[in-house]
Amino acid sequence: MRPIAKLPSAALALTVAVTACGGGGEATTQAGPVTLRMTVWTASEAHLKLLNDIAAGFTKAKVKFESLPVDTYTTTLTTQIAGGNAPDLAWILERSAPDFVGSGALAPVGGKLENRGELIPSATRLWEKDGELYAYPFSTSPLGVFVNTDLLKQAGQKPPGKGWTWDEAMAAAAAVAKKGKAGLAIPDFEYKEWGVLAGIWGGWGAKAWSDDGATCGFNSPEMVGAMTFIHKSIFVDKAVPGPGTTVDFFAGDAAMAISQVSRAGLLKDAKFGWELLPLPAGPKGEYAVIGQAGVGVLKKSPNAELATEFLAYFTNAANSAKLAQFFPPARSSQLNAETLAKSNPLLKPEQLQSVVIDGINKGTVKPVHKGQEELSQTVRAALDPLWRPDADVKAVLDDVCAKIQPMLGA
Amino acid sequence: MTLAARLARPASTIPFWNVRRRDHLVGYLFIAPQLVGSALFVLLPLAMVGWYSLNEWNVLAGSFEFAGLGNYARLAADVRLREALTATGVFSVGLVTLNLALALLLAVLLNQRLRGTALFRTLFFSPVLVSLVAWTIVWQFLLQPSGGVNSVLGAAGLDGPNWLRGEGTAMLSVIVVQVLKNVGLNMVLFLAALQGVPKQLYEAAELDGAGAWRRFLRITMPLISPTVLLTSIITVVGSLQVFAQIAVLTQGGPGTSTTVLVYYLYQQAFQFHRFGYGATLSVLLFAIVGALTLLQWRMRRRWVFHEA
Repeated sequence: MRPIAKLPSAALALTVAVTACGGGGEATTQAGPVTLRMTVWTASEAHLKLLNDIAAGFTKAKVKFESLPVDTYTTTLTTQIAGGNAPDLAWILERSAPDFVGSGALAPVGGKLENRGELIPSATRLWEKDGELYAYPFSTSPLGVFVNTDLLKQAGQKPPGKGWTWDEAMAAAAAVAKKGKAGLAIPDFEYKEWGVLAGIWGGWGAKAWSDDGATCGFNSPEMVGAMTFIHKSIFVDKAVPGPGTTVDFFAGDAAMAISQVSRAGLLKDAKFGWELLPLPAGPKGEYAVIGQAGVGVLKKSPNAELATEFLAYFTNAANSAKLAQFFPPARSSQLNAETLAKSNPLLKPEQLQSVVIDGINKGTVKPVHKGQEELSQTVRAALDPLWRPDADVKAVLDDVCAKIQPMLGA
Repeated sequence: MTLAARLARPASTIPFWNVRRRDHLVGYLFIAPQLVGSALFVLLPLAMVGWYSLNEWNVLAGSFEFAGLGNYARLAADVRLREALTATGVFSVGLVTLNLALALLLAVLLNQRLRGTALFRTLFFSPVLVSLVAWTIVWQFLLQPSGGVNSVLGAAGLDGPNWLRGEGTAMLSVIVVQVLKNVGLNMVLFLAALQGVPKQLYEAAELDGAGAWRRFLRITMPLISPTVLLTSIITVVGSLQVFAQIAVLTQGGPGTSTTVLVYYLYQQAFQFHRFGYGATLSVLLFAIVGALTLLQWRMRRRWVFHEA
């Protein structure tokens, strides 16, 4: 071959060599201890310190926690998987559970967990398939209502207590709103994440879809009743801040906020009096709704076996008790006020009992379904006409069902 | 040595590293980095997108199956795609019209020899340098029902709408935010073109009794027409690629009124995990951008009165 003719092959060889140097692909031989990667959606220093402290006790591998922004968490994780850069372990949001568990993306982990039998069934249901557990439900956090008692007093409202109702809650919120501050904030909703509204419509016995996931429930009489109540609270009573308005309860700008118990840490330096209460009762009585996260091992991980061992260590009884400081545990032996109080000094024992323990035991998880992301976007778009003062609630909800029923039945 | 003698000489006796070959090699070496970069990071990804569009790729399940033209057949039946194309058309027409008109107006105004024009040029150009996401987040706050825009309107006795939640106002808001961000770039290009128009032409036209509007239409526009073509191509292509503003301001809502093609592509590929169909939408976007650019380029014979 003439020297000039060798140029393309030389260039290709050079390219391959350069690419290989920057690769770090699966074929690379790893020297020294393995480093496991785990994606998380928290960037809180306190959370990461706790995670790192626990991981430091695992002698078989180093563990690197990779914080991804919560807004784009699942998208980023999916992109990493598509790009051949899947982490070994990942936190998974409850809304993504059916897709991750159903698709076979996760490795089975149940067999290695310590005292698997003490995980409460309401917490593990979402992560099971054919009797096998595919992720550890490491944070099971009920929705509660944080109340700014100072703002209620200033508005001449009595501090509410356990056994309160949605009518009472909205009346108090509206009274505060009339004084200039916001009433009831729903921080994670922002008129897009409609699943959070399960924290209200559960009181009417409404469901987004039937238990088998095949039939739309948005135009059921219960849902119409609940949504009519929510609509009136927003546009007539002004008890809930309107669309497009951002309000920060934790900065003292609202009377109440529906949020997960794990947000209590944000009130550590609060300059106002506050209370945490269970969700108010609706026409169908008391109920509870829980949000959840699981930790799973990616089946594609070249270190899946070792990652499963780490997960077992990370969530054993001793470490689960440490994690309970921020993430309510799913182990029945730790679901008692004494244990939780040690790690949650901001919450009183009765709050822990009524909101956390009772909530986890009787709660239902926020609505999740196979193909959740597409369903969620479709419902969001179809619900948008509801967030106007002159909306026809029944017509909008009929339209939601018309849009999603083909997806549920598919 | 005569030519006949050189041709008669056996090839093996001609030195391999003659001047011509050395020049070629140097030339190839100079363009090699760009060539390798383009091949690896432009041509190869383009080819891969084409390949992915012929497959069903479920990232979570780890399945990758050949689907032939299945994804392309799906394009025709996709009702949401039609909504996305409509939203894209509305956005592009609105953005291109507003951006070019405002940029030209600003350029003409700032082409005057007045005190403070340098300051105004800087002010209008500076948003181009600001981070797009930061710019959009600031506008998200300003466009809230009780935000800065409505406060200004309120001071003037007007009730502002809920800009980002109204079907009609959401798209308008996204367009205006994008125009304000990038109008400075086109303004600078127009300004440079305006400064290249010979002053004698205006003086001669003025002596002939042509008014300001006639001078603008008959002298300015023909002479800056190459820049109008350039800015229109840049702006049209940019408008078809809008994403971050939609993701931050509206997430495609309310309803699907601001779900433009790129945002729809992102939803299909990265949110709904349909990478094959997402790749097919990318191919469609590529075809639309290519066709529009070609159309504009061919129309230059009518638009452009001279080319440098």
